[in-house]
Amino acid sequence: MAMTSKAELFNYTVVRQFAIMAVIWGIVGLLVGVVISLQLIWPAFNFDLPWLTYGRLRPLHTNAIIFAFGGCALFATSYYIVQRTCQTRLFANGLASFTFWAWQLVILLAALSLVFGITSGKEYAELEWPIDLLIAVVWVSYAIVFFGTIVKRRTPHIYVANWFFGAMILAVALLHIVNSVAIPVTLFKSYSAYAGVQDAMVQWWYGHNAVGFFLTAGFLGMMYYFVPKQAGRPIYSYRLSIVHFWALIFTYMWAGPHHLLYTAVPDWAQTLGMIFSVILLAPSWGGMINGIMTLSGAWHKLRSDPILKFMIVALSFYGMSTFEGPALSVKTINALAHYTDWIIGHVHSGALGWVGFITMGSLYYLIPRLYGRTEMWSVKLVNTHFWIATIGIVLYVAALWIAGVMQGLMWRSIHVDGSLTYTFIESVKASYPFYYIRLLGGVLYFLGMLLMLYNVLKTIGQGKSVDAAVPTATAPANA
Amino acid sequence: MEILWLLIPMSVLLVLIMGSIFWWSVRSGQFDDLDGPAYRILADDDTPKPEMASGEVLEGERERKGMGG
Repeated sequence: MAMTSKAELFNYTVVRQFAIMAVIWGIVGLLVGVVISLQLIWPAFNFDLPWLTYGRLRPLHTNAIIFAFGGCALFATSYYIVQRTCQTRLFANGLASFTFWAWQLVILLAALSLVFGITSGKEYAELEWPIDLLIAVVWVSYAIVFFGTIVKRRTPHIYVANWFFGAMILAVALLHIVNSVAIPVTLFKSYSAYAGVQDAMVQWWYGHNAVGFFLTAGFLGMMYYFVPKQAGRPIYSYRLSIVHFWALIFTYMWAGPHHLLYTAVPDWAQTLGMIFSVILLAPSWGGMINGIMTLSGAWHKLRSDPILKFMIVALSFYGMSTFEGPALSVKTINALAHYTDWIIGHVHSGALGWVGFITMGSLYYLIPRLYGRTEMWSVKLVNTHFWIATIGIVLYVAALWIAGVMQGLMWRSIHVDGSLTYTFIESVKASYPFYYIRLLGGVLYFLGMLLMLYNVLKTIGQGKSVDAAVPTATAPANA
Repeated sequence: MEILWLLIPMSVLLVLIMGSIFWWSVRSGQFDDLDGPAYRILADDDTPKPEMASGEVLEGERERKGMGG
């Protein structure tokens, strides 16, 4: 690779590829979500085709959102941030290109295999062993590109966002490999190496840390770079961001058993999971406050800048769901909420509000710069997207909060003689009004994403692909 | 719960890895300056220059003025 300082350019090509695919996969994942929420109201929307049944589309929805939309967004932003903050071109650019094409292949294989009913049956890790192996190869390549770039950095300091991305890459590698250990029977079928409650423990050790490292640490990396850049102000407290990082990293690993409260997992393990989940409130809120306070003294920017609106609302949802999460992990509250739609509402306030909005804000900052422009084709349309999506989230989350609490109360209600007041189907019937509201919220969020795609295509049409030059190492600002 | 014989060592291993990275980062002076890095990313101008696109670029440039370092 060329190291001549004058001609060296940042590798924006791979950033562009991942950024655009993040938008496209976002639309696909949200569309599948809308279809399955239709099916909850009108089951006929599976058209009596096995490929479109709820049981196959639901994992397609979660995989498309988490690994296709979220994954591409993480690749795009981490490749951009690591280059800009290390002031150097990516290490091993061929390998970076390989991560793009192989990740798209993983997504296509995932979509096909899930629709055809090929699944290992582990939540958020449904893909069968050949795809799992390919994911491991892509992930190791990603680690080589990312850490290689850190090693060849031109700045002595490693910016905090890179710490979050680095922890995400390491933790996801470990989680994926341990959880996916399986004994293959055929090309399309394998059995987990663990059985029964042991498998459940590994599954939720993986599952919760996938939330913690993939959907939280990675997106916090985005937050710590794009919020200060968009606001034009330094992060409120850089010291706090370092504390946030290390506190989060050391506590997250132990919270998984809160997914298994009131199951066959030993009581002490459940309590341990609950305690660590409650402790997590502290670093999470430290980070949330740090992000929001970055705007202190510049609150007026929120009035005119829709990108900042996306980011600040994302942080608000990060704060809300990291308060709700520890609360739900408390056994007393969990006794009411477990298995109800409240949990689905909780997940979506994190996914639509935090992960979705911080990604959209970051992509709106990033995409014009990749095409030689300073802002999106239409800032007004960004604003429209913001309001449509925000209303969508509020409808979605509020509907499922109410539905969830109602279901929990109906299930636990008993007559004086000890018999159940309600049958299960009565609680399903009572949930219908909220399923309509949830569908409406989901459709609004989906429409917002379509506006984003249109705006992105227009921005690309107006600009041209630009790979910025790496600033020369002697620049005084970087000394 | 024999699985804990795998999960706890795995988590402890990860904590040890993170701990040693933390030790390295403190020793190598990563956290000696806890103010400068926040400003340094702002000094890195990643907005395309006016000559790359047409006139409206100037507005973005104006907004970014004065945040440098």
